[in-house]
Amino acid sequence: MLQLENVTCERQGRVLFKDLSLTVENGQLLYIEGVNGAGKTTLLRAIAGLHLPTNGTICMNDIKTDSQPAASLLYVGHKSGLNGELSAIENLRFWCNIHNEDTDVDFYEILEILGLVGLEDIPVKQLSAGQTRRVALAKLWLSQADLWVLDEPFTSLDSKGIRLITQKIQSYLAQGFSVVMTSHQPLVDIEPHQTLSLEYQL
Amino acid sequence: MMQAVRGIVRRECRLAFLQPGDVLQPIIFLLLVATLFPLALGPNPSMLNAVGAGVIWVSAILAILLSLDGLFKQDQEDGTLEQYMLSPQPLWLLCFTKVVVHWMLTIVPLLIVSPLVAVFFKLSWDMYWALILTLLMGTPILAFIGGIAVSLTIGLNRGGILLGLLVLPLFIPVLIFATSAIDAVVLQLSYNVQLAWIGALLMLTLAFAPQTIAYGLKVSQN
Repeated sequence: MLQLENVTCERQGRVLFKDLSLTVENGQLLYIEGVNGAGKTTLLRAIAGLHLPTNGTICMNDIKTDSQPAASLLYVGHKSGLNGELSAIENLRFWCNIHNEDTDVDFYEILEILGLVGLEDIPVKQLSAGQTRRVALAKLWLSQADLWVLDEPFTSLDSKGIRLITQKIQSYLAQGFSVVMTSHQPLVDIEPHQTLSLEYQL
Repeated sequence: MMQAVRGIVRRECRLAFLQPGDVLQPIIFLLLVATLFPLALGPNPSMLNAVGAGVIWVSAILAILLSLDGLFKQDQEDGTLEQYMLSPQPLWLLCFTKVVVHWMLTIVPLLIVSPLVAVFFKLSWDMYWALILTLLMGTPILAFIGGIAVSLTIGLNRGGILLGLLVLPLFIPVLIFATSAIDAVVLQLSYNVQLAWIGALLMLTLAFAPQTIAYGLKVSQN
């Protein structure tokens, strides 16, 4: 269960949102919408514990998300978190290593689901934007976290890719875990349990 | 825990293999600077001998400064640093591993080429031995203090110049003890005291720097 209490975030002296309180129960999807600059990414980074809110607390299962060591959550942001020189497999194996995830899984099989057959061993910098995105999203298949924080997961994916990720989110929610996400594409086949609209504030 | 440490070591070694320029750059820099001095000062052996150890130490400091810029840069740009923060492992451990591997990959090669440089300056065997010992104990201090400065300047656009301004004054104590150790060799005195001081500084840095780097990175993410 994710709980936000009176969260206020500022960026470069501008208040993005004030006294935000909400609860995301297990198995629920929180969808955050808003115009560019409204503070969607900052809110997601605050939930993941990467941005320190000016005020308020953010707890995942009663543990503050910015505590050390980090809470059990998966964050996929604008930056892919992949090193361009290394291959998809090397990047994913390294990610599993630092996140204590099992490295005995079949990476080839996961990349096959994502339609990346034959691209497993070439440097990520040679992949297209959509393919890089798919490699970054392969973490959804590897992670054992209780919460997914996804910042624009559908950016540069084709319609087939969007459908694949949507299905994965559905099955994850069905297992009783929570998802927080933003997207500029309308959600298809999936109904958010809560929608939060952020306004651009001067 | 060991899984994360091994993962970082393997990844950094692989990256160094794929981008050998990052490893070679400090070595070439050290060799070039050390070559320029005998040319500029003339071939007088006593003169070269007197300045040699100091020149090598200063060149090594500048070479380290040059390499520090890349410590977290790539990770910051591609978002790996965010994933480090979200790791269930303590962040200081990841930072500690990262800096130690950086020291192994970019600074230990400097120690390996140092005999060649010592020949340029006609250092005696005892002086060379003192130089190696001080470099071996002093450079990890520089790497860790540099790591703190890098973690603080990582979010800035022109962090490079600020990095030098922040770090060079902090390198002075190590430089003073190191060159004083080599002076002691010239006077045929024992230099255990200087080594003990450098060792004490090393222990202090090892105890506090990893936590500080971790905190600096966290603040820079904001």
